[in-house]
Amino acid sequence: MARDVVSTDGVRLRVHESGPHGAPTVVCIHGYPDDHTLWDGVATELAPRYQVVSYDVRGAGESGKPRGRQAYRLDQLAQDLVAVIDAVSPDRPVHLMAHDWGAVQVWHALTGPWLADRVCSYTSISGPCLDHAGHWFRARLRRPTPRALRELISQLVSSWYVTFFQLPLLPELAWRTGLAQHALALADGVTTPAVTDAVNGVQLYRANMFPRLAKPSPRRTDIPVQVLAPQRDPFVSRSLQTDIRRWVSNLAVRELPGGHWLPRTHPSTVARCASELIDHTEGGPEARGLRRARRTGRQRKRFDDTLVVITGAGSGIGRATALEFAEQGAEVVATDIDQQSVERTAQLASTLGPTASAYLLDVSDGGAVEKFATLLREEHGIPDIVVNNAGIGVAGPFFDTTVAEWERLIDVNLWGVIHGCRVLGGLLVEGGAGGTIVNIASAAAYLPSRALPAYSTTKAAVLSLSQCLRGELAGAGVGVVAICPGFVHTNIASTTRFVGRDAAQERATRQRATDLYRRRNFTARRAAQEILRAVERNSAIAPITVEAKVGLLAARLTPGLLRALARANVAL
Amino acid sequence: MAAKKVADPADLVKFRELQQLAYAAAQSVAQTLEPGVTERQAARRLREYLIERGVQDWFHTPFAWFGDRTAFRGFRTPLQFFPTARKLAENMPFILDCAPVRDGYMADIGYAGCLGTNRIFDQLMADLAEYRKLIVARVNEGVPLQQIYRDVDALISQQGYDNRHRVYPGRVIGHQIGKVHSRLPKSIAVGFGIRSLQTLVGDLIVERMHHRSPLWADGAISDHPATPGLWAVEPHIGFRDVGVKFEEILVVTSSGSACWLDDDLPHVRRWQRTAAA
Repeated sequence: MARDVVSTDGVRLRVHESGPHGAPTVVCIHGYPDDHTLWDGVATELAPRYQVVSYDVRGAGESGKPRGRQAYRLDQLAQDLVAVIDAVSPDRPVHLMAHDWGAVQVWHALTGPWLADRVCSYTSISGPCLDHAGHWFRARLRRPTPRALRELISQLVSSWYVTFFQLPLLPELAWRTGLAQHALALADGVTTPAVTDAVNGVQLYRANMFPRLAKPSPRRTDIPVQVLAPQRDPFVSRSLQTDIRRWVSNLAVRELPGGHWLPRTHPSTVARCASELIDHTEGGPEARGLRRARRTGRQRKRFDDTLVVITGAGSGIGRATALEFAEQGAEVVATDIDQQSVERTAQLASTLGPTASAYLLDVSDGGAVEKFATLLREEHGIPDIVVNNAGIGVAGPFFDTTVAEWERLIDVNLWGVIHGCRVLGGLLVEGGAGGTIVNIASAAAYLPSRALPAYSTTKAAVLSLSQCLRGELAGAGVGVVAICPGFVHTNIASTTRFVGRDAAQERATRQRATDLYRRRNFTARRAAQEILRAVERNSAIAPITVEAKVGLLAARLTPGLLRALARANVAL
Repeated sequence: MAAKKVADPADLVKFRELQQLAYAAAQSVAQTLEPGVTERQAARRLREYLIERGVQDWFHTPFAWFGDRTAFRGFRTPLQFFPTARKLAENMPFILDCAPVRDGYMADIGYAGCLGTNRIFDQLMADLAEYRKLIVARVNEGVPLQQIYRDVDALISQQGYDNRHRVYPGRVIGHQIGKVHSRLPKSIAVGFGIRSLQTLVGDLIVERMHHRSPLWADGAISDHPATPGLWAVEPHIGFRDVGVKFEEILVVTSSGSACWLDDDLPHVRRWQRTAAA
């Protein structure tokens, strides 16, 4: 449904509305060079629950296109916003969401005298307050540390067009000849603008940039603001958008995978983030993602408000990792094939951190993993970190390993990780907020040995899968980390199947292996601490113990030596 | 102390009395602990309490461990067992451990407590009950001590904790005790009463000849069922920066059956209370 609203200076604004009346109203303001259709995808996502309003900013789309620079001053644009809010929601404050120049306008309006009591929340995407930007530049010039200079230069380089737009005639010429369109087409998610809109919009830069940046005033707001900062925005640096704590008393910042045009490229992520803020300011509980995004308030732990799913969490490295994440503030969902032990893990985790829960899960059963993912989503939401840890051991000569033993091993160690990446990792990608998949491989993945042919095969596959997937998911902001522990003292040795031996021999071998691991005395907890560090660093491959590190180096430098060692008959 | 000296019922009464006294000392001192008190002060209070009540000598001098020292974190040398200037703070766990000798009878007890509340401490204390049941049951079955040690390790790992008794000298979970007969003077060498040490060393030699040990650890020398006599058993488990233990006397009869000397002890009453609640 579309209608016209007339602004204070008589310019007509074309306003589009969708969604149920009576629901909270979200007013969406597009940037440059765009029109209200920027929000189409987001509006579709939001319309079932909110009254979604978007309008063509003056100079764009079907709104009036006044001539002259003065008509595009931020003060006037703020009045446009007030006129629209008065028309669509005269009695109830609204929520705002804006992108690029739209965000610049809203910042100006919100921190000025126009919108007192008319706004409950604001989601800003890729558009800073120009006054804040002015202070941002000044602060870096005043204290030119290497980091400040780097930020400054990189922002100036990405803002070259701002200077260009100040020139007379040339910008218009660039649009009319199609040069600007060509340059713009390089960016992600852009649509070619109408030439007249693009030309009109140049006035935004000419009317506002210089006055605001040259004489920035201190502009503050107490309204809840969340900034969605794209990780690969070629125009607005993250720091410029997010380094604003001194101006905003209630600030949340989310750095999201994607480029400048997030509302077009990632509409469901943008809609989800916005609705979390809207629902919270309307009195609902604060979603985990929003809590994590908080930049104001209490001291935070390393993994506060993070949802971590761990398979094989009933013992060993899985359990230790669950406990370590819990201790660092994460909400842990532990799964294992053994109900009792995984419940124990959850119980311990909840003595260290926030709530933890336990689920029975056989990772080799793809259907079961899918069912679990559905449940996980409903009960806990989309995870931020998935740890594919579940694994079993088989040792002994190749020809003594039966087909059934091979199948069981591949089912758990490889298919388990495949299902984990496919289904649980799929949730991360779908969530659009990035995250990390951690696959527990092994030093055996790169250290060949005649003692562990089957196990090494599965772990090499896990390592390879992790590295391929890392390449594929980089664009989605999802990191894939392969962990290669080495000899970590867990119950792996006492549960490994040693083929080619009778029961008594196998028992004795297990005891000897267990003793060996115990004497090595590298605890699962230390391994877990390394895993958390690898997640924070987004390491591609993280060998944990010294032997794993040396082994990795040797595998790269002297693979021939390792092949010679592989012949050694390790007597256990 | 050795196999030949299975305590008679009158002796058992005396051992029980002394063990009660030692636990009473620990409980009474625990109630006096306040934020800021040091381990040394706590240990001195234990010593004074016991000396006032007729204790003449020590198997080892009283120990007090506060905070992460209850889990022996960062312990490299046995000297670190001795009380330090570490101060107790709110919600901090502590362990009091003393081994008094009176009239030739000996007790060796460990008491875990917490100033204020601590979720990890509560969980550990609740889980500690399992070990008391497991140990007496397995000794009764005639299982070799080495295997029981491993069973305890398995339970620890199942519960998700660390074995902390392996930090004790010799990795011991227990040791035999008995009446002290000695003409040596009463004096203390590195924390141990030399009369008690004399008895222990004597036992070590005698038992070694039988391929047994008065010390109960996970080595091959403990691969025998419990020797009849009295054993001070001290499973010590830890999680993060909290450790808890109990230590009390297990009576093993000449037929190999076993029972705890006394069930009227603070940790047992604690478990009975929570079970009833």
